[in-house]
Amino acid sequence: MTGETPPPRRLMVDRETKPKLPPYLKLRHDAGRDRWVLLAPERVLTPDQTAVAVLQLCDGERSVKEIAAKLAEEYSAPVDVIAADIVELLQDLADKGYVKG
Amino acid sequence: MTEQQKANGHVQTVSVDDEPTTGVEGSQDVTAELCALAPIGLLAELTHRCPLQCGYCSNPIELERVANELTTEEWCSVMRQAGEMGVLQIHLSGGEPCVRKDLEEIVSAASEAGLYTNLITAAVTLKRERLEGLVKRGLDHVQISFQDVDPENAEHIGGYPGATQKKLDVAGWVTEMGVPLTVNAPIHRKNIKSVPAYVDLAIKLGAQRLEIAHAQYYGWAFLNRAALIPTYEDTLASIEFVEEARERLKGVLTIDMVVPDYYAKRPKPCMGGWAKGFMNVTPAGKVLPCHAAESIPELEFDNVRTRKLRDIWLDGSAFNAFRGTSWMKEPCRSCAFKDIDYGGCRCQAMAMTGDPRNTDPACALSPYHAEMVNFAKEEASKPPTEFLYRNPRNAAKALKAKEETLLPAE
Ligand code: SF4
Ligand code: SF4
Repeated sequence: MTGETPPPRRLMVDRETKPKLPPYLKLRHDAGRDRWVLLAPERVLTPDQTAVAVLQLCDGERSVKEIAAKLAEEYSAPVDVIAADIVELLQDLADKGYVKG
Repeated sequence: MTEQQKANGHVQTVSVDDEPTTGVEGSQDVTAELCALAPIGLLAELTHRCPLQCGYCSNPIELERVANELTTEEWCSVMRQAGEMGVLQIHLSGGEPCVRKDLEEIVSAASEAGLYTNLITAAVTLKRERLEGLVKRGLDHVQISFQDVDPENAEHIGGYPGATQKKLDVAGWVTEMGVPLTVNAPIHRKNIKSVPAYVDLAIKLGAQRLEIAHAQYYGWAFLNRAALIPTYEDTLASIEFVEEARERLKGVLTIDMVVPDYYAKRPKPCMGGWAKGFMNVTPAGKVLPCHAAESIPELEFDNVRTRKLRDIWLDGSAFNAFRGTSWMKEPCRSCAFKDIDYGGCRCQAMAMTGDPRNTDPACALSPYHAEMVNFAKEEASKPPTEFLYRNPRNAAKALKAKEETLLPAE
């Protein structure tokens, strides 16, 4: 152990954040159950359709704002509502260690 | 329910923990949906061999011999069957799974079957190249146990010289390779004061998760209760510390805690319910609804050598013995909590009351509860005893001595 790296900090998600999923988080379609699951160390997460749509766009390039705009167009929904919803979703996942900035 | 399992509207979380008695844990609806047709977690105890000799080990006293262990092909078949039937997470454990020379093939089979593959290791014999190979084959997550943060005490507990440095090395490689690391902290009387130091260690190592696992009194740990049971005050202090640290370290470190139920009013929903979402395969291929199920003499277990995993899950007699709530006696039978805690742990009821259908004595409504609490407090107030180390020689000795059960309240 070197102790040189700064201690990790909590990611605070806002509309400028460019979220990405750590490589160990696996988004998989479970054929037997006919649903999407997110697999993490000793956890199974059950994302709904919205969450799946959001997570599939979290590539570390797009910002939350851009993701919201894209989904707002697809679902013809108000972009502000969507953005707020995404921030809440991603903050929750970030607090569990599953989304990085 | 912990912070981790709370819903956020779009995503819910169910934990699939390797700790004995934990099993699956999450909101009832989601867990029920996920586990409707198949379990979501499987603990594969690849071997009982282990270079360490921890007195808190929950392995059975009668350790399985090498000659009886499943072959490579048999384990690979277990992995394929698990994937096909809908298991999502596999915990490769033991004993020490790295003792198996064919761990590589087993990891490949698990990964090819689509299983999220967790390695639960004491890490003292794992070399860098081997770890690299395992990760290439699809290993998803590594969990390393530290017997204490203080190296000297850790050696005393695990009975393995130089263990801590080896573990630190392996932990460093794991995070370097971008693989998520869990630090497992098996907590008992001889290290309970180290809980804050474990949190610091996990952060320093860049761990994704820390498991504060208070010893569960099965197998060797049951024999060693007197050496292991911490005081009520220390137990509470450790729980309070963890709850505070969890809040403080949101987004930095996930902390899971397995709490001891000796001092609780209601029992844990053991395994998240018997045969509900989790199964266990022993080194010799016996399929158990829970890690300690072999301690219940009336149960008969199927073996993967002679029956398909899915059939065992659906129709195996041991799985159906305590599935649901119809097997219950009073006070559970007419209790409002029966679908929440399922009457607690069958193995603990067996160990302490002699009848697996009795209410878990961890429940305040059990007539055995007062005696269990007194026993725990009494043991904890005595000067600490020495461990009976987990090794074949002590196993032979311990198997001769007969365990006594508690007496119910008048
Ligand atoms: S608890 Fe200790 S002795 Fe038991 S399997 Fe784990 S490392 Fe080995
Ligand atoms: S009586 Fe049984 S069901 Fe009721 S709280 Fe106690 S263990 Fe749970």
